[in-house]
Amino acid sequence: MIDPIPPGTRDIMPAEMRELRRLQRNLAETFERHGYGEVATPTIEYHDVLTRGDAKGAETAYRFFDESGELLAMRSDMTIPIARLVATRFANAQPPFRFFYEGNAYRAVRPQRGQMREFMQAGVELIGPDAPEGTAEVIEVLVAALDAAGLSRAVIGLGDADLYRQLLADVGVDGEVRDEILDRLATHDLVGIEEAVGALGGIAERDRETLLRLPTLRGGPEVVDVAQELGGDAVERATSRLQATFEALSARGIAERVQLDLGLLRDLGYYTGAILEVYDPALGHILGGGGRYDELMGRFGSRGLPAAGFALYLERVHIAQAEEERVAGEGEEGR
Amino acid sequence: MSTVEGPTRARVGGRLKFAVPRGALFGDTVDTLDAIGVEVSELRTDSRSLVFEAGELTLVTMRPSDVPTYVEAGAADLGITGKDVLMEQPDRHVYEFLDLRYGACQMVVAGRRGDERLGESERRLGSVRIATKYPRTAERYFEETGRQAEVIEVKGSVELAPLVGLADGIVDLVDTGRTLAENDLEVREEIARCTARLVGNRIAHKLRGAEVDDLAERLRKATER
Repeated sequence: MIDPIPPGTRDIMPAEMRELRRLQRNLAETFERHGYGEVATPTIEYHDVLTRGDAKGAETAYRFFDESGELLAMRSDMTIPIARLVATRFANAQPPFRFFYEGNAYRAVRPQRGQMREFMQAGVELIGPDAPEGTAEVIEVLVAALDAAGLSRAVIGLGDADLYRQLLADVGVDGEVRDEILDRLATHDLVGIEEAVGALGGIAERDRETLLRLPTLRGGPEVVDVAQELGGDAVERATSRLQATFEALSARGIAERVQLDLGLLRDLGYYTGAILEVYDPALGHILGGGGRYDELMGRFGSRGLPAAGFALYLERVHIAQAEEERVAGEGEEGR
Repeated sequence: MSTVEGPTRARVGGRLKFAVPRGALFGDTVDTLDAIGVEVSELRTDSRSLVFEAGELTLVTMRPSDVPTYVEAGAADLGITGKDVLMEQPDRHVYEFLDLRYGACQMVVAGRRGDERLGESERRLGSVRIATKYPRTAERYFEETGRQAEVIEVKGSVELAPLVGLADGIVDLVDTGRTLAENDLEVREEIARCTARLVGNRIAHKLRGAEVDDLAERLRKATER
């Protein structure tokens, strides 16, 4: 008889575990070296704590009641628990706070390669420093983490969570129509955006063009120039934020690892300003993501503090490592 | 028969992998690729091969419903499939770049001609029985229109279901409507109009942006005429 395990979970055998632990150690050393201290929080939280952080992001895979009837949930990421931790344990301490974590999180996803319902994350949270320097520091740590994982070809996509929302507001699109367009952007339905923007009444042809072109712009710093030619106050504001971040990255010598991407939109609701995604040519899925969440801390405790961070999906980083090693090995054979 | 790089192999260099749908969209897809200068003569032969080298692209042929699966995983960088397929697989994370306009079909609710079973079931039994190859599309449509339906998934000729009493009606993709007419069925409601779409992998969209955009632009020009 075979006893099954729940869908989206898995057992890990020694050969893989050894490699995952090595990866975790390398990342932990990198985070420590950059002045980040490790924290751990409970795997379970009160459900309303998670939903206060993000109504949608708390789409946790598992919810249940404890013996006193309280609704609990397995954490869906580490950012919300750490926001709670900072607000409660460091309520009177002087920022900045630099924390890193390595732990499991849980989401109700369709299980497939590199995407399980229980998955390992490693990441950092930098609480206190504002944009652009705080964002640039987090990206610098991310670059170091990718190097420590051997993923020197990985690219970081950098966008702005407020860009498209503000742009729509500036041209007078709001309510349901705006949410629908944002939803289509989040699901990468460019045909749907074209239809929805085409159906908008009472907006200038120039604005229509901006709404259609902007989400397709991605690349080096020249992207900012193209965007600014398209014009508009929201574009101006968001691209000047991006430009400031990009300049801070240049000063740290890591700008070439970053691709500006004006179509980037992450599915978690707590992001404000800069958002990040990590790509490696060896894998068809993103390796991780993050960004700024300057309003999240204010939802816990009394004090609002600017914050930024990222999380890497360790299983995916591990798959990418294996693929990169295979590619490198074949390259040598071919010589 | 040529070999192709593994499913998740590095995409920085090398040819873009392009998923070509077999079946109803195949002819127009090959013509469209031909129109933008892709070498497709091998595709037009009766070859049993699944993979074809075509200059800048590696063409991989597959069922239309498999295209989102391959593209999401990055086993194909780009591909063409029907909107009907994308509607049925909304949780596949692929970019939908372009409406290619060909392969136009309607997704419809159909029932037997002169037969009021659809309406009668709804009135007297509170729900209708719908046979379909598109269970998620059907479920979503009836949900959105505030009606209850028992959706029965079938794999083969869906027209059979109402004829022998498996279902009151069907949800299916209709091209000319001939198959419906031959089976004494008629369109009752249109759910959506479906055409061929260009889809792409998320990472390819980011890391090979210039090539992806260039190809999409050429396809846009070729299909706008």
